[in-house]
Amino acid sequence: MGDGPVTAKSRADRPRSAERRAFLRGGVTLAGTALAAGAAGVKLAAAQSTPVSQPLAIPEWTKTPGRPIPPEMYGMPSKYESRFMRRRTDVFVNKQNWSDWSMSPLQYQHGIVTPNGVFFERHHAGTPSIEPDKHRLVVHGMVKQPLVFTMDNLMRYPAVSRFHFLECSGNGLADWTKAASTTVQQTHGLLSCAQWTGIPVSWLLDEAGLQPAAKWVLFEGADGSSHTRSIPIDKVMNDCLIAYGMNGEALREENGYPLRLLIPGWEGNVSVKWLHRIKVVEQPANFRSETARYTDPMPDGKWRQFSFEMECKSVITSPSGGMKLPGPGMYEIRGFAWSGNGSIAAVDITADGGRNWQPAVLEQPIIDRCLTQFRYRWRWDGKPAKIASRAVDSTGYVQPTAEEISKVRAIVGFVQHHNGIFPWSVAANGEVKNAIA
Amino acid sequence: MRSPSAARALLVAAAVIVSVTVAGAQEPQSGRPSVGFGTPITEQAVAPWNIDVRTSDGQGLPSGRGTAAEGKAVYDAKCVACHGDKAAGGPMYGSMVGGIGSFTTKTRVLTPGSMYPYAPILFDYTRRSMPMDKPLTLTNDEVYALAAYILALNGLIPETAVMDAQTLPKVNMPNRDGFIPDTRPDVKATRCMRDCPPIGVVK
Repeated sequence: MGDGPVTAKSRADRPRSAERRAFLRGGVTLAGTALAAGAAGVKLAAAQSTPVSQPLAIPEWTKTPGRPIPPEMYGMPSKYESRFMRRRTDVFVNKQNWSDWSMSPLQYQHGIVTPNGVFFERHHAGTPSIEPDKHRLVVHGMVKQPLVFTMDNLMRYPAVSRFHFLECSGNGLADWTKAASTTVQQTHGLLSCAQWTGIPVSWLLDEAGLQPAAKWVLFEGADGSSHTRSIPIDKVMNDCLIAYGMNGEALREENGYPLRLLIPGWEGNVSVKWLHRIKVVEQPANFRSETARYTDPMPDGKWRQFSFEMECKSVITSPSGGMKLPGPGMYEIRGFAWSGNGSIAAVDITADGGRNWQPAVLEQPIIDRCLTQFRYRWRWDGKPAKIASRAVDSTGYVQPTAEEISKVRAIVGFVQHHNGIFPWSVAANGEVKNAIA
Repeated sequence: MRSPSAARALLVAAAVIVSVTVAGAQEPQSGRPSVGFGTPITEQAVAPWNIDVRTSDGQGLPSGRGTAAEGKAVYDAKCVACHGDKAAGGPMYGSMVGGIGSFTTKTRVLTPGSMYPYAPILFDYTRRSMPMDKPLTLTNDEVYALAAYILALNGLIPETAVMDAQTLPKVNMPNRDGFIPDTRPDVKATRCMRDCPPIGVVK
């Protein structure tokens, strides 16, 4: 598979039939332990010092023409890259497919842009297939003139394009108190990053004319769940986008085609997909999606509400869970850092479980509320190690450990907003495993 | 004598005049454009989509009514397949009954009874999202009746209570004061580089 010295043969690389069986078993199952048993890596040959004396073969594909332009006209990845795919959740297993999520293969992502075909997705009543000519966006409520827009109307506005990450607030919820997940796709795969193209929401609200008492804005999707959230108007007017493009093409259906909200830096759930209604109001509606869900358990039986920002976070994507290092030597530790509150100022790497840290190299571009790639050349001595990354953002906030978070919040049930430092253990035999607990 | 910069300014001004002459009035090159492309619409025309309820006081609740007994009939026809008999949990989803008082224990049980701060959330959510295979098909009476059924199963209203736009917002929900605002950043980590405490685990 030839993209570096580290390979993986994990649960996440198995064919979908295994996933299907997991689904048929049913139940909300924390199946991580069983999965980990089958996650031993496949070892690549380590670097050799003996010269190659066998003459190089001329491969078959060099001695014959390739195929012409494929009939489907939309290029697909090489068949040898089949591991680069989204995976339905298989640690926390849903019993049905309509309120579900699938996760991005971060361990194989090169650079900060997530290709559209593997961009993570979460939906609450399946993915609708919306005819753009029939789609309408309504702006109403506390405005001077309610307005309706066709897609053609919206695309006549001057456009803006911005790079931003999206992360589900539930990313990592299976891995607070036990190492339930095997791969970084399972622990952190509800994270992706794209260049979004659209128009500022503020333009449409200014066109409709805000009434003075307007304080919140409701955004509603046209999907079967009519998913809706309440957003403070200051944020809406500051930097929120109505997006119709991602990474150079129209939104994918599972990411909101033909129109979605994009709220930079905030939990993914608020970036309402299949957007069809914007209502300006005086108070939040306190929907189920912002009371019974997407709230955080706190001490004394309380719940933190409207916890929108995704705080500064990072994770090592290679080497990561399910991989196997072939032997001592130099490895590039690589991964992503991001913050919903600004840009990434620094990332530090530890290889001794947090005793000592060294700054990693941050690769350009470093963009506000966007994935930042970090790299660190690590010489592994072949002894057991525990590696982790720690990010600092432009506000000075330092990524905490899960233990530090647990001292101020209640870690009970399905806890959102896990931005804790995430360690991987490297065994003497090179196997890399989840070491969060 | 004109300075070179003054001469440049004159040239730039001349260029602007020429471009205006050639291309028409200059548009601002950033911010909201001078024209919009929305079409006016009346609130009456938006009404079929205008389904949100302000759940804290029930603003937006429609006319209609229902009781727990009526709700049980709707539930057994349209909800039981996923949520189970008496909303106690079914093949797809867990129980919608109980959990009140569990939030101060080690296992928080989330149900509409234990979790919803305002009873109109039951109306808003059921109407917009349920049943999952046929959302937005229930009548307002059916939605009020289902709300009454779930509230009665949770012991929050009497079996005979009628739920409507006036009574539903008045139901006293146990988690009414269970929510606190976001005060993050709530964790103050330090950027230790040498001889630091090791990464701990959640106990």
